[in-house]
Amino acid sequence: MDLVTFWFILIAVLWIGYFILDGFDLGVGMLLPVIGTDDLRRRVMINTIGPVWDGNEVWLLVAGGATFAAFPLWYATMFSGFYLALFLVLIALILRGVAFEYRGKHDTARWRANWDRAIVVGSVLPALLFGVAFGNIVGGSRIAPLEGAANPADAGSFNYVGSFFDLLNPFSLVLGLMTLTVFATHGAIFLTLKTSGEVREASRTVALRIGLVAAVFAVAALLWSQAFSGRVAITLPLALIAAVLWLGALWLVLKGKDGWAFLLSSGTILVAVASLFIGLFPNVMPSSIDAAYNLTVYNASSQSYTLMVMTIVAAIMTPIVLVYQAWTYWVFRKRLSTSMIPPQPVLGRADDRFAQTTG
Amino acid sequence: MFLDLRLRLDWSAAEKMGPLESHAQEEAPIMGALDLARWQFAITTVYHFLFVPLTLGTVWFVVGFQTAWFRTGNVKYLKLTKFFGKLFLINFAMGVVTGIVQEFQFGMNWSDYSRFVGDVFGAPLAMEGLLAFFLESTFLGLWIFGWDRLPKRVHLATIWAAAVGTLLSAFFILAANAWMQHPVGYEIDPETGRAVLNNIGAVLFQNTSLIAFFHTISASFLVAGAGVAAIGAWFLMKGRQVDVFRPAVKAGAWVILAAAVVVSVTGDMDAKIMVQQQPMKMAAAEALYDTSSSAPFSILSIGDVAGDQATALIEVPGLTSFMATGSFDGTVQGINDLQAQYTQTYGPGNYVPYVPVTYWGFRLMIGLGLIAALYALWALWRFRGDRAPQGRTFSVVSNFIVLGPLLAISAGWIFTEMGRQPWIVFGEQKTADAVSPLVTPVEVWISLIGFTLVYAVLAVVELRLLLKYIRAGAPEELSDTPFEDSENGSANRMHFAY
Repeated sequence: MDLVTFWFILIAVLWIGYFILDGFDLGVGMLLPVIGTDDLRRRVMINTIGPVWDGNEVWLLVAGGATFAAFPLWYATMFSGFYLALFLVLIALILRGVAFEYRGKHDTARWRANWDRAIVVGSVLPALLFGVAFGNIVGGSRIAPLEGAANPADAGSFNYVGSFFDLLNPFSLVLGLMTLTVFATHGAIFLTLKTSGEVREASRTVALRIGLVAAVFAVAALLWSQAFSGRVAITLPLALIAAVLWLGALWLVLKGKDGWAFLLSSGTILVAVASLFIGLFPNVMPSSIDAAYNLTVYNASSQSYTLMVMTIVAAIMTPIVLVYQAWTYWVFRKRLSTSMIPPQPVLGRADDRFAQTTG
Repeated sequence: MFLDLRLRLDWSAAEKMGPLESHAQEEAPIMGALDLARWQFAITTVYHFLFVPLTLGTVWFVVGFQTAWFRTGNVKYLKLTKFFGKLFLINFAMGVVTGIVQEFQFGMNWSDYSRFVGDVFGAPLAMEGLLAFFLESTFLGLWIFGWDRLPKRVHLATIWAAAVGTLLSAFFILAANAWMQHPVGYEIDPETGRAVLNNIGAVLFQNTSLIAFFHTISASFLVAGAGVAAIGAWFLMKGRQVDVFRPAVKAGAWVILAAAVVVSVTGDMDAKIMVQQQPMKMAAAEALYDTSSSAPFSILSIGDVAGDQATALIEVPGLTSFMATGSFDGTVQGINDLQAQYTQTYGPGNYVPYVPVTYWGFRLMIGLGLIAALYALWALWRFRGDRAPQGRTFSVVSNFIVLGPLLAISAGWIFTEMGRQPWIVFGEQKTADAVSPLVTPVEVWISLIGFTLVYAVLAVVELRLLLKYIRAGAPEELSDTPFEDSENGSANRMHFAY
């Protein structure tokens, strides 16, 4: 296997890791108003992901960094091309990240309600837009050499020439709805695993309901994606496996086997995303204008020295990261319930100017 | 709307950008995507870097206090850990979320830069993610929620791990930046015209990178030390929790002093390599238009430093020569000579950075840093031995001293980056050639306004939250739920929850 293929796989793995891990905490975030009918319940939900969400989000940053290092032309074309979509994702992640840390730092209803809104919007937007972005990668987007480029055959001149609204094509939107609903379900299943009592019961119902909707979008998106797949013989069976895993996950939710259900919903995400990447290879950003303008692992990659250096770093660091992240999940393995949430720390004195101006 | 904003930005856009603007003017008559992208990078990065130095320094205060508590068992250190830990987290959250933008905006606004340098520049960025971001975020999560889940020793180790993560993060990103100041360990692929890495060791460990690392880290300690000392001084003035906060003032002052020494030494080293690697930046720092031996250092000047002659008001003879060469009568090249020289090497063009920014940025950095060091001496003298005087003047000064080093470190970076212009990668790529070719001004306007608005709102929220938590003081009573208790199942309630 050549280095560029290895890095293509590694970036796929990073995205899969990101979607499985941040997938559930985005899901928990967007379900805040659905399952979290009162503040105590919402705090239970937020605290199930409290210790881990930031570590999960780093998978995205590393996926971005690894793409920059291994496939700079992919990184450059994708993020300049999907400009406004990425801008929205960034704003969403900014508000969401601050919200987790700040929500409990001040004790008025308005303060908490505002941050709750930030968490919901900050979770829905990325979950939807990552799917849309992947739709445009898998399904191809309007990529062409820059007009007047010195060497139009060189991939360095390839740019996204479409508009923001070209990104909102039907296939990509269906894929976006798939990631949105799958993450919501995945989050609800995570909550069944990590809570007890009323929150767990509510999460189970929600997981089943949204899970069935997600199944429809997932089947639609994955079948549609076969039209763009370079390896239908592999990707179609994988799509079917993903569907089976998903139904299995929902069945296990019904049976109350939370851990197995979470494993299977994670498995679904793994298989589904893997099938998209397998169908994409060796392209990284196919052009819908002309196949000659496809960005591929060959024309978009860094050269072998850089890939070798990064391979060594990744080979050493990835196992270490996996071990300590797994340890975190072990440390915080206990289920949470409303009775375990300590009262909100009320700070300051009666003349607290902050409370008066903000509350 | 377009024109209106153009007017408001005019003074800064057209003047501050100075020489570079003239390049842009050729392509885009009105504030084009290039200028907007520059403003966006400046705003998001300067803003991000307000939180970074505070974080880099404060985390080590938290490490220090918690380690002191672990070793002595003295509860005042635990109180300080919790108090500064909270402030640290409020601040860290802002650093993290604004940092996400940093990871992606190279691709968004600077795609031709990303294409040109990705083979080299991407490597340290990816390493930062793998080695540093995972470490910081994972272990900080463990630290925040782990008070009752982890044995004391392990819990202490988590904040150490997170703190090491912040250092690694600084190291890799500064190596990436150093490469832009002084590219090494690469060649240009003759076929594609793009930079290709051929020596990662040279990129990570070149002197430009190592000096920038120690300079930035020590400056960050200075910033955090000023913050800690100022907060402590406020409590002493109020007569609140004096036994807890007196050690904080002293710790803060000692850190400022020690950091100031390292900042000066590394700053001096930095100036000397700058003269070799980017002589134009040094000349622009001093607004030195004509090559001269025994060049003076002007502390203040009047008139237009952007002209081709500046009128110094107060100057120290030979000091610039000393800073640049180590000798009071060393020769320092002037802007005009360098411009001629660069035109010969790189072709026609304007190679002079905008001098007022470099000149005043350089002075602000040094001046405010020096003032902080003097403050530290004053603080240590006042609190020598067991003294705990409650004078008001000291506290008022303390309140302001917290801003000085933060402003200094910002000024330093603005100087460094503006002084490199018109280059984005010195000698290899100009900023004007680095911008995303097809991203429209409208798109950049949207994101520029969006980020700026969100950042402005968050700044207000963060500042108020910080003030609230400072006023609240250190916890009076600590609900001590050690690890051993909670394992027995009796202490079912979480020790800390969002």
